[in-house]
Amino acid sequence: MRLKLSGELIKGETIGRVESLSGQDLGACYQCGKCSAGCPVVEEMDIVPSEAIRYLQLGQPDIVLNSKTIWICASCLQCASRCPKGVEFSSICDALRAIVLRKRVSTPKVDADELSRLMVSDAPQMGVVGALRKLNG
Amino acid sequence: MKIPYYPGCTLHERAKDFDTSARECARALGIELEELPIWTCCGAVFPLVTDSVMEILAPVRNLSYASRIGDKVVTLCSFCYHVLKRANHVMREDPEKREKANLFLRADTKAREAVESYTIEDYVGQVDVVHYIEMLRDVVGFDALGQKVKNPLKGLKVAPYYGCMLLRPKAEMKFDDPEQPTIFEDFLGSIGCDVVDFPMKTECCGGFQIVNDEELAVACSQNVVTSALKRGADVIVTTCPLCRYNLDKKQEEMAERVRGFRKIPVIYFTQLLGIALGLPEKHLDFSGNYVDPRPVLAEKVSL
Amino acid sequence: MEHRIGVFVCHCGSNIAGVVDVKRVAQELAKYPGVAYSTDYTYMCSDPGQNLVKDAIKKHRLTGVIVSACSPTLHEATFRRAGRSAGLNPYQVEMANIREHCSWVHQHDKEQATRKAIRIIKTMVEKVKLDEALAPIAVPLTKRALVVGGGVAGIQAALDIANAGYEVVLVEKSPSIGGHMAQLSETFPTLDCSQCILTPKMVEAGQHPRIRLMTYSEIEDVSGYVGNFKVKIRKKSAYVNRDVCTGCGLCTQKCPAKVESEFDEGLAKRKAIYTPFAQAVPNKPVLDAEHCTYFKTGKCGVCKKICPVDAVDYEMKDEVVEEEVGAIVVATGFDLYPMAKMGEYGGGKYKDVVTSLQFERILSASGPTTGEVQRPSDGKVPKEVVFLTCVGSRDPEGHVPYCSKVCCMYLTKHAMLYKHKVHDGQAYLFYMDVRTGGKGYEEFYQRASEEDDVLYIRGKVSKIFEEDGKVVVWGVDTLTGKKIEIEADMAVMGLAMVPSGAARELANKLKIHTDEWGFLSEAHPKLRPVESLAPGFFLAGAAQGPKDIPEAVAQASGAASKVAALFSEEVYHREPAIAWIDEDRCAGCRICVSVCPYDAAVFDEDKKVARIQEAICEGCGACIAACPSGTATQKNLTDDQIYNMVSAALEE
Repeated sequence: MRLKLSGELIKGETIGRVESLSGQDLGACYQCGKCSAGCPVVEEMDIVPSEAIRYLQLGQPDIVLNSKTIWICASCLQCASRCPKGVEFSSICDALRAIVLRKRVSTPKVDADELSRLMVSDAPQMGVVGALRKLNG
Repeated sequence: MKIPYYPGCTLHERAKDFDTSARECARALGIELEELPIWTCCGAVFPLVTDSVMEILAPVRNLSYASRIGDKVVTLCSFCYHVLKRANHVMREDPEKREKANLFLRADTKAREAVESYTIEDYVGQVDVVHYIEMLRDVVGFDALGQKVKNPLKGLKVAPYYGCMLLRPKAEMKFDDPEQPTIFEDFLGSIGCDVVDFPMKTECCGGFQIVNDEELAVACSQNVVTSALKRGADVIVTTCPLCRYNLDKKQEEMAERVRGFRKIPVIYFTQLLGIALGLPEKHLDFSGNYVDPRPVLAEKVSL
Repeated sequence: MEHRIGVFVCHCGSNIAGVVDVKRVAQELAKYPGVAYSTDYTYMCSDPGQNLVKDAIKKHRLTGVIVSACSPTLHEATFRRAGRSAGLNPYQVEMANIREHCSWVHQHDKEQATRKAIRIIKTMVEKVKLDEALAPIAVPLTKRALVVGGGVAGIQAALDIANAGYEVVLVEKSPSIGGHMAQLSETFPTLDCSQCILTPKMVEAGQHPRIRLMTYSEIEDVSGYVGNFKVKIRKKSAYVNRDVCTGCGLCTQKCPAKVESEFDEGLAKRKAIYTPFAQAVPNKPVLDAEHCTYFKTGKCGVCKKICPVDAVDYEMKDEVVEEEVGAIVVATGFDLYPMAKMGEYGGGKYKDVVTSLQFERILSASGPTTGEVQRPSDGKVPKEVVFLTCVGSRDPEGHVPYCSKVCCMYLTKHAMLYKHKVHDGQAYLFYMDVRTGGKGYEEFYQRASEEDDVLYIRGKVSKIFEEDGKVVVWGVDTLTGKKIEIEADMAVMGLAMVPSGAARELANKLKIHTDEWGFLSEAHPKLRPVESLAPGFFLAGAAQGPKDIPEAVAQASGAASKVAALFSEEVYHREPAIAWIDEDRCAGCRICVSVCPYDAAVFDEDKKVARIQEAICEGCGACIAACPSGTATQKNLTDDQIYNMVSAALEE
């Protein structure tokens, strides 16, 4: 697979949207990978956090927007806490999810039928509220 | 003394044991936790996108209600603490969002209906968000707390689980060092426990992902629980109902995944404090625990 | 007096002429009152350009010269020299900056730029009209140097200055010279034994007839100015009479106290009466009273009893000596960034997570394990060792933003030496970028991965913790995109280099600049790397910034050459455009004395007036601005001159 790069792609509209929605400077990431190294759920991700930023730096947002990665993030903030450049991947994840969810075309991540089962079980309501807000928008 | 208290939705219902033990402990220490006259769920998570105002209205409104009865609000749930504190930070630092949020607050009619003599006032961050354990440290004092212990917990090996939301981001939460925190260790030491340091005490339990991808979250929680077990802990304490659920109830799944898995009780730190203060068991309320803490507590300390 | 000013308008190629109409400027100035000669030329700083000035001075009997060109910081000295050689006082040669202040910043408005250039030159013509003929101030020069810091840079600087024929006082705060280089096992890229190459220099410095070595000593106070510093040095009491002591070592042998060894980075113990290492220079022990049983309890006293020459003296006191020197070289070296700040790697609580200097001591044949690689926790030989670069460095968010330059190389060296000693061991080195800028460095790095099978993993480690006697490392390999977990036996931290602890306090005492990280500031980052902006102070070694041994040595020799240059004259010449107080008009209010940052303004008790010490005044102007009566003035920048300049600048 060849990635054809151009200024247009790198400064593309979606990339700009990710930066402004997340408030993060993608250029600040120097790809050290500490975020990926410390992420508690990294092993389930198809694209690890540092790779996700790399794809964005290369102007390839679709790969990341279509990934499993952004729906697995637990917003634990460990990545943001340890990043030597102050890049908050957790915010980038929120922004990427927001871009997908605001299009209102995909199916919700948390199933509504499942939801009633959870509500009657013993799951703490904060977990349900949190999941719905982060993953269903 | 009275301190405004925000229980949060989960403590109000599913984690009533946390709320009960906390109130009773406070009462035993001469503090009345005055529940806000009106409050709603804080929203459970803090939005990380830059254009969010709607998403922080719930916590801001709660802070605004708190400002009616005091200049502090105490909370227990890690997520509530995180969300309230960060929303407070926005209201203090971002003039544009502060103004937008106040536009909504000014139109809040429900409050006026619910609370007598309620006046419209802008919220500009005049309330400090305090965690119950900060209150123990700063208002009561850990040394003074130690004096009040009736039931020393010596011999009980306690592993304090911090989780994520109390500590991060460091600049806004200002709770403790996110890598090597000590506040819970100091608290546990003051009530006479044998403190167990374990490397996963600041790693995520999986949080809300338990609802979306249960296996993922169970793996995270298992990492935390096995770490505490390896260090010889008798009990894990936490300050978050979601953490408690993931670490406690999900041991059912962990036991299926790991042969010879030894279950370990996960209790709220206020329940442990209640034991130390000699409160009756009904105030500690172990009904919500999946792994029953009573056997190990009876064995190591007098319940 | 008749003014006959010469104006020379430089084209500076197209730098000025491309924007400013230089011919028109020269023509305009020719008409200006007081201007006797006005011309333009392509490159005034060239030889023909300078000759133009010299010829015009002689031919037109010029009383003052304005060279309108670039900034005086570049060529003022050039044109002053030219003026002097043609018989004009150099302080009556001025420059008008029509490049940085005009053509370079107004490139899009040539008309305005030209008019501005004319204005600028007119103001300078007004200044030079009232410039007095001045002479540089000659101050006497003490041709002795002080070197602060006895690491490799300090030693080299001292040797070079001493070999140039001048006396040097070398002050070192620990009991021996040698610094961190003495702690190293081997040096990259040659793998020379560090002490083997250092000790000859140490011995030479210790024995050099022109070097006065003061170890276990610290700088207490510095006063004075370049060529004439008075330095108070506190020689800490060693409680051992070093003239009498033979260095036999019996006292150290018998001493019962055990103290954590600074030289062995806490991995071993030393005695209370001790020499830091076997090749110490001077090889005489000192007694650390803080940890001495006799000083703490009054019991013991074994060292005194056992000493065959009665050299131990419990009554000894600190001695403060005063030395007069003309130049000071600051070579106070570095420390490692504190491990306590790296919470994600344990913050120093894990015994088997060691600092780079600790690993040097472990590797060293003279170290706590006599060169066998052992884990501090249980003494076992580690089979899996992880090396981390960038621990604290390149981390603007949490620690320090800069690169510490040497860690890539020394950790490569550590990994190689580990493999040389433990053939069946596995070495992992986590890196972000491998920086190998020196001679032979790249080849050294490639040798590590090719010959010594060091596994280089591109990624940063997020967390290190201990479990079941193993050091668990959570890192990442960004090249494959996978999280990496290693259950290592030991981990070595490549901690950032920071300036040594006492350095910032010392910089305050010496009144020399440091950057925000505490590293000494050089006068110009490119062109003046071995001197401070403060005259008489020179910099060498890691105190100025992270660097390796060859750079430290080179810089030390550079600083020494600057000192030698300073000492090559009989007197030191200072710029004369300084403050001056008319004693007849001074009311003795002493405001100038209170504002002077250099303590140059003093009150004369006999005459009851203030006086400026010419040798110290830097011409900053604070006293001039503060003087309520306008009695304090600046030579060649008087109020009259300034008023005339302002008038000319505002003229329509």
